[in-house]
Amino acid sequence: MISTSILLAIVLAPLLGALLAGLLRKQIGRVGAHSVTILGVGIACGLSLWVFWQLVWGGAAIYNHNIYTWFQIGSIGAHVGFQIDRLSALMMVVVSFVSLMVHIYTVGYMAEDDGYQRFFSYIALFTFFMLMLVMSNNFLQLFFGWEGVGLVSYLLIGFWYKKPSASFAGMKAFVVNRVGDLGFVLGIAAVLYFLGSLSYSQVFAHAPSLVGRSIEIIPGHSWSAATLICILLFIGAMGKSAQVPLHVWLPDSMEGPTPISALIHAATMVTAGVFMVARMSPLFELSTTALSMVLVIGATGAFFLGLIGITQWDIKRVIAYSTLSQLGYMMAALGASAYAAGIFHLMTHAFFKALLFLGAGSVIMSMHHEQDMRYMGGLRRYMPITYFTMWVGALALCGIPPFSGFYSKDAIIDAVGMSHIWGSSYAYWCVLLGVFVTATYTFRMMYLTFHGKEHFRVDQHAGHGHDDDAHHERGVLAHTPHESPWVVTLPLVLLAIPSLLAGMFAVQPLLYGNFFGSAIFVLPAHNVLGEMATHFHGVLPLTLHAVFTAPFWIAIAGIVVSSYVYLFNPGLADTIKRALGPIYRVIDNKFYFDEFYDAVFTRGSVALGRTLWKRADDGVIDGVVVNGSASLVDRVATRARALQSGLLYHYAFAMILGLILLLAGFVFVGRA
Amino acid sequence: MTHWPFLSLLIWMSIIGAAPVLLAGDRRPRLARWLALLVALLILAINLAMLPGFNDTTAAMQFTESHMWIRALDVHYALGVDGIAMALILLTTITTVLVIIGAWEVIKTRVHQYMAAMLVLQGFMIGVFAATDALLFYVFFEAQLIPMFIIIGVWGGPRRVYASLKFFLYTFLGSIFMLIGLIYLYSRAGTFDIAALQALPLGMDAQTWLFFAFLLAFAVKIPMVPVHTWLPDAHVEAPTGGSVVLAAVMLKIGAYGLIRFALPVTPDAAQHYAWLVVGLSLIAVIYIGFVALVQEDMKKLVAYSSIAHMGFVTLGLFIVFMLIRSQQGNAAELGMQGAMVQMISHGFVSGALFSCIGVMYDRLHTRQIKDYGGLARVMPWFAAFMVFFAMANVGLPGTSGFVGEFMVILASFAANPWLALLAAFTLVIGAGYTLWLVKRVVWGEPPNAHVAAMPDVNAREALVMAVFAAFVLAIGIWPEPLVRMLDAPVSQLVQTLGHSKL
Repeated sequence: MISTSILLAIVLAPLLGALLAGLLRKQIGRVGAHSVTILGVGIACGLSLWVFWQLVWGGAAIYNHNIYTWFQIGSIGAHVGFQIDRLSALMMVVVSFVSLMVHIYTVGYMAEDDGYQRFFSYIALFTFFMLMLVMSNNFLQLFFGWEGVGLVSYLLIGFWYKKPSASFAGMKAFVVNRVGDLGFVLGIAAVLYFLGSLSYSQVFAHAPSLVGRSIEIIPGHSWSAATLICILLFIGAMGKSAQVPLHVWLPDSMEGPTPISALIHAATMVTAGVFMVARMSPLFELSTTALSMVLVIGATGAFFLGLIGITQWDIKRVIAYSTLSQLGYMMAALGASAYAAGIFHLMTHAFFKALLFLGAGSVIMSMHHEQDMRYMGGLRRYMPITYFTMWVGALALCGIPPFSGFYSKDAIIDAVGMSHIWGSSYAYWCVLLGVFVTATYTFRMMYLTFHGKEHFRVDQHAGHGHDDDAHHERGVLAHTPHESPWVVTLPLVLLAIPSLLAGMFAVQPLLYGNFFGSAIFVLPAHNVLGEMATHFHGVLPLTLHAVFTAPFWIAIAGIVVSSYVYLFNPGLADTIKRALGPIYRVIDNKFYFDEFYDAVFTRGSVALGRTLWKRADDGVIDGVVVNGSASLVDRVATRARALQSGLLYHYAFAMILGLILLLAGFVFVGRA
Repeated sequence: MTHWPFLSLLIWMSIIGAAPVLLAGDRRPRLARWLALLVALLILAINLAMLPGFNDTTAAMQFTESHMWIRALDVHYALGVDGIAMALILLTTITTVLVIIGAWEVIKTRVHQYMAAMLVLQGFMIGVFAATDALLFYVFFEAQLIPMFIIIGVWGGPRRVYASLKFFLYTFLGSIFMLIGLIYLYSRAGTFDIAALQALPLGMDAQTWLFFAFLLAFAVKIPMVPVHTWLPDAHVEAPTGGSVVLAAVMLKIGAYGLIRFALPVTPDAAQHYAWLVVGLSLIAVIYIGFVALVQEDMKKLVAYSSIAHMGFVTLGLFIVFMLIRSQQGNAAELGMQGAMVQMISHGFVSGALFSCIGVMYDRLHTRQIKDYGGLARVMPWFAAFMVFFAMANVGLPGTSGFVGEFMVILASFAANPWLALLAAFTLVIGAGYTLWLVKRVVWGEPPNAHVAAMPDVNAREALVMAVFAAFVLAIGIWPEPLVRMLDAPVSQLVQTLGHSKL
């Protein structure tokens, strides 16, 4: 049975590790810091696996209890509690496993960093917040975890705070996420308003009562309540899961150290939005409009943001744009009501994308913190483990059977193809062409990094390029590149295993075996996965059948093009670039989102603030009203002072004048 | 019921306790500090000792005392507290202890007078919260201006005379209207007993005049847009301790006045003009948010941020009327509770932020943002506190800053989704101005050798920050105890407001 104390141990063990590593960093030292955090996250991972095992094979019942009351006002209660069903258990396993791998990897990656303890403290704290998020049984705690991971993401993107670009990127991530959270908070408020509760079980139980209810947002236009709730919640998901047009923070988040790019900005935090929408399936199912929005926005990102990946030179940014594209795939799956497929891709993506990022980190270490692929090439000879494991990740990302990504992505494409809601044909083209784009940028990255000629030279006298990389010549290394230590390669190998195998073992139960049970709700009319199940005849036939499907050949086409351009005919890329001129420029400039936001929102806000401050606050209120009335008093008083001249004959004259007026008054008024 | 006159003890021990501190004289600052701390701790202890005897299930006044004061006018020296007043008095006594510790080595001239002024100020502020007689309330309300006027005027910055006069005149102008209103009420009711005034039936015209008299008096104090411009000046010139008390406690006196007078005495006028206050509150949240974004002086930035956060208090108080009209009693209570929790939370968060700025100012003697940078490297512990309080200011869940804002946004949505949207805009703009401040001050490289040589917080400063942090965290993680303390009077107030006096 799943007991409260086990669940508390799962969340509190990483928190305790984080506090010890953070507050006692001097006392426990480097070894102490990584020991306590790895132990804490290890406990969380082990117990999560145990809970998962109990739920799936041990016949344990779904756990749903409150731990304590956050506040109770009238009938409105907010609590902290856990709901552990198969959806949350699967997320717990993914989160704690990837987190554990990243913790071990960090021992090697951050070995020379001054902020070693601080880093471990942050990533353990992240694990705590992320687990609180996925284990929650209510909207309030979901939001607590949601903002908590946002905080740690902010701190970790800006980890190298001396770099202005890093602290700026952290701030940008937080503020852009807050735009999404604005929608999320309003969504929670709408849930409370229409359904009277913040707990999942009560909200979902009463969800059908939303049908037919509407609200007048603009006078004269009534909106379906379900649509309003779902769109507001989805805006939150768009921020955290970096969907167009709130995706701009994710590429910049690569300013952070690579382990957190793997953990936070690929495998776990950015998928929180996907998890949230899947968790809210009883609500989203009630609004086809909202589902269409999810589908179209997801699919748009899947294709267009992937395109940007082809033009990037920074190895981490290529993977970042790939993450944006894959998050688009997951969202598209949810929009097509294939929630299980979205979560399935979330899981496989967590493994292979964490692998790719950690592999990229391994490359960056051996290149002395050079991230530009133009200075790499031919690295396969120097770092074989990184090379092979990254190929596993790359093939999984491209969806080549039998790697894990094939099963999840193929299911998404099929599901979107079968969907009939508004926008589904556009979305289908996007996810289909996205396969070509994915294969192209993935193979381009692999070729530029590991194959072809070496674009660096080794000079023993060159300095190490850590923080002061401005001072050393690019493409010159002090030592020959070398394979990373075992703490780095072990997580790569451990992640390569599920990247290869997770798909083939999980596809049947996860997609077609009603794995999630009551955790995910799909209306019969939207049940694309149910329809696909009728064509499913086992893993092996599915894998072999791939060669008869369009996505497979589109991926092959991408690989062929990429191989031709980047492996066999390296000069061709520039020719294509010139030929495509304007289109290339638009993509290379990331569709000018950043420029637009910067001009309108950032500078606009500052200009507006200045105007309001100088004109309204200092100008009108203080200048005219406050100090104006003071100077008015001053002026009046100055005039009035003239009356009190101190000259006796002035006063005598005034008295006589007054007397005359008084008498005249008596005479005239008295008569009347 | 016979019991110790706890409330009188709090008020008068604080005021009389200032005497020995003064007597310590200019020559013995050490003695003055320790005596002041002793008095403040004693008062905090007495205040805490009241808690076990405090009954949170009733909205009735507790620890009541009543003595005839001016027989001819039937004015009583009458004291009593409900949950709302109790919470604010606790905020006062905790803040005073922290301010005295915070001023320890910082105030170098006339230490005895500074400490004495702080204690007297504490006594008057407790008096404001505890008074159940309107004239007594007015006396305390005006009296607490004096020590603050002195604190800003004597220990303040270069423009302290302008700032302290502006502060004094602004508040005084408002309170004249309150006095007129109170005199009118007395002429109708024949008593200054606040409970009797609250029950007094009044016509709509009288209510309207009274409502605006009270609103003007208390809006200045909160402060609400557009009568807020004294606050940034006062904060900039005030010494750190003055700013902390001003932000943490004195601003709440304005909101407390609304709760005691404007709402229950003139419910129909308040109902009728709720849109006005709601509108001004939203302007405070958004307009002031933009103004805060471009501030170059850290204290001004936090001062403007205070105005925006207090906007949530007035929003929560007046959204209640819209919810009552649409018969959503639960949501109305949520909004009112949100306003209350926001008051307490803002006390700790803004007090902590001003303390942070004080720590920086003591080292570099400048408040300009551009003079700082890279404190994360230079002062890691300080940076950790600063980032934590910034996050509380941003309203991160798990800190107290989230609780009240969240409740008010939830309640506003039930009144009108557009109001909630405008209120929730603070999520973005608040993050913008706060994190931009943090980016420029905490992150990056130290701009010069002076900054690079700044020592990290000492034990005394760390203690002050840790206590603030403990409260911010405690309320954020488990607001229920605070909510329970406030619950009975809040739900009774919402009930009262639902009944028209016409």
